[in-house]
Amino acid sequence: MIPVSSWGRLSADPHHVIALKDPFQIQSVVSREPLPGIAHGMGRSYGDVCLNPEGALWTTTGLDHLVSFDIATGRLVCEAGVLLRDIQRLAIPRGWSLPVTPGTQMVTVGGGIANDVHGKNHHLCGTFGDHVQRITLIRTNGEIVQCGPVTNPEWFSASVGGLGLTGVIAQAEIQLRPVAGPWLETETVPYGSLDEFFQLAEESESGWEHAVSWVDCVAGDNTRGLFMRGSSVASSHGPPPKPRSLTMPVVPPVSLVNRLTLRAFNNGYHYLNMRKPGRKIAHYETFFYPLDNLQGWNRMYGPTGFFQYQSVFPPESGRDAVQAMLKDIAGAGEGSFLAVLKTFGDRAPAGMLSFPKSGVTLALDFPNNGPRTHKLFERLDAIVREAKGRIYPAKDARMPRDLFEVGYPRLSEFLEYRDPGISSALSRRLMGS
Amino acid sequence: MSSRKRIVIVGATSAIAENCARLWVESGPADLILLGRDPQRLQRTATDLGVRSPQSDIRTVPAEFLDVVAIEAAVDDIIALGEVDLVLIAHGSLPDQNGCQSDLKACRDALEINGVSPVLFAEAFARRMAKADRGTIALIGSVAGDRGRKSNYVYGAAKGLVTRYAQGLQHRFAGTGLNVVLIKPGPTDTPMTAHLKGQGAKLASVESVASEIVAGIDAGRATIYAPGKWKIIMNIVRHIPSVIFNRLEI
Ligand SMILES: Cc1cc2nc3c(=O)[nH]c(=O)nc-3n(C[C@H](O)[C@H](O)[C@H](O)COP(=O)(O)OP(=O)(O)OC[C@H]3O[C@@H](n4cnc5c(N)ncnc54)[C@H](O)[C@@H]3O)c2cc1C
Repeated sequence: MIPVSSWGRLSADPHHVIALKDPFQIQSVVSREPLPGIAHGMGRSYGDVCLNPEGALWTTTGLDHLVSFDIATGRLVCEAGVLLRDIQRLAIPRGWSLPVTPGTQMVTVGGGIANDVHGKNHHLCGTFGDHVQRITLIRTNGEIVQCGPVTNPEWFSASVGGLGLTGVIAQAEIQLRPVAGPWLETETVPYGSLDEFFQLAEESESGWEHAVSWVDCVAGDNTRGLFMRGSSVASSHGPPPKPRSLTMPVVPPVSLVNRLTLRAFNNGYHYLNMRKPGRKIAHYETFFYPLDNLQGWNRMYGPTGFFQYQSVFPPESGRDAVQAMLKDIAGAGEGSFLAVLKTFGDRAPAGMLSFPKSGVTLALDFPNNGPRTHKLFERLDAIVREAKGRIYPAKDARMPRDLFEVGYPRLSEFLEYRDPGISSALSRRLMGS
Repeated sequence: MSSRKRIVIVGATSAIAENCARLWVESGPADLILLGRDPQRLQRTATDLGVRSPQSDIRTVPAEFLDVVAIEAAVDDIIALGEVDLVLIAHGSLPDQNGCQSDLKACRDALEINGVSPVLFAEAFARRMAKADRGTIALIGSVAGDRGRKSNYVYGAAKGLVTRYAQGLQHRFAGTGLNVVLIKPGPTDTPMTAHLKGQGAKLASVESVASEIVAGIDAGRATIYAPGKWKIIMNIVRHIPSVIFNRLEI
């Protein structure tokens, strides 16, 4: 038994860790398991979706082999433990890119599918699952299910965003998207109200591939932020940035994120960027994955770890809900350096439990200050409920079951496809088993 | 003669070897000859490297690891097709120490696969590469070979054999065109060590270990500790007096 934490470092419970290192043996390993297990990629989920205390954890990072890449069509076949970073580094110099990527490239293909992750270009490309053509799913009864948008589509839409609960994904085929190269033209635009944010979001949907914004979460009513957008450009801008890799060396005894540092950081960040708005050329790693240079930044929140609270609201209620949330958060004096606000396009989701839907999404980190933090979450939950929004399971460690049930109306349909030999802390918390 | 490097990897499906190979093909197309026991897994490794580097020429050779006749034949075949720039001998498996203590067969198998077999391969290549008077033979040993300790001395003894053997080979080829490198990885985060993580072991990433190995071989170093800090740690461990050492729970 080994203590395992996810990205939020909220727990370090013992797990029976079994490395899946050989695709030919997944079947026998997972069907041999006496207790239910769960697949675990890079553990970049914040909460308990990738944890299974006292049970089996099938780590997938050994399943890191590429199977084929057709440079003419951009079709890539790989094992599920391959990192998005490795795909990007292989494909981008050859004119292809992952169409959708989350804010870190240190995640596995399996993790990207199971959470049906999104990026800064939902309006254009939807979610990760929208570009998956086929997956090989291995069930704990030994059955192998090949599925995709056309073959066994119901298995596919249960497994995309299926939180690892339908089987272990062994292999995936992904349709990459042509890109001009590793460079993007980017623009940073300061904004001073939510209305301005929505205006910028709307005007960026045509004309810009990627759009995201930082929002100052301590400013309360006076919402201000920085809108960042970018599009791939053909440019011979010189060599890529030198991989600077700083590591957060220790876990400080208390969170470095507190009332004092929060205000200072948010002010500083705002003014620093206010002074250099405008257009520039950026390398894709700098634009997409700004945090990947600081390894282990999650330790900054101290020994008790931190939560992320990410929710999405439909367009009708989005503006008011975001306003109400920011007000509550500022009032509580909680919040994070990196609060992210962005809009999702109006697209049919790839999976039964996919998180993204048309509207606006707000994501914030909160140091775990015990009951104080949970009190705030209850208020935020009320806003989500009222606004008919939902919370992202990939980031969640505490949402109440009823909120999950109303947020994900296709849940009962999904449950039909669950693998009885698979269970996670999250599934027990939100689905009862 | 082409400018591409001709690299032989024995035990090519090991995580460290694979990561070295990925770095080698990343820096330019190469001719790779991959030896391994399991043809299916060997093919998986070759396919992966082929996707990463379509211009590389990648061949797989199923290998017997302890049959001296088969080893001689395999090495003959490889050399017959051209001179070799680099041989990386990387195979091994981490045995269960308790199993080795209660079962002599497990003990012998562990000694053979981790100690005897790498020596046989190195010896077979050395004889042929000596004629060409060029190239590098790199053997993966382990920090565990630096001092025996109760938690893994059978594995340590086998790796100690590799250490002593590499020393002798370095002596034999000193001043010639043939280079001999001994690699001593510390505990590395590979599928082989998944079970060690919980025992508080700080495992280095296999990528960082591979990049130190590749850089060390390039620089022509005789001994490579990867990560480098293990050189200092093992220097201390080797010098702890037995009266103290034997009381440590390590
Ligand atoms: C800095 C940072 C930024 C992020 N930005 C974004 C973002 O912009 N958008 C976004 O959507 N997410 C974002 N995330 C969240 C992250 O993308 C997801 O949590 C992702 O799923 C993590 O992948 P992983 O490989 O670490 O998987 P894990 O966290 O280990 O697992 C995630 C889920 O995938 C399942 N799983 C993993 N492998 C398999 C497999 N082979 N078969 C079946 N199931 C499997 C697990 O069981 C679990 O349910 C971010 C995370 C961080 C740390």
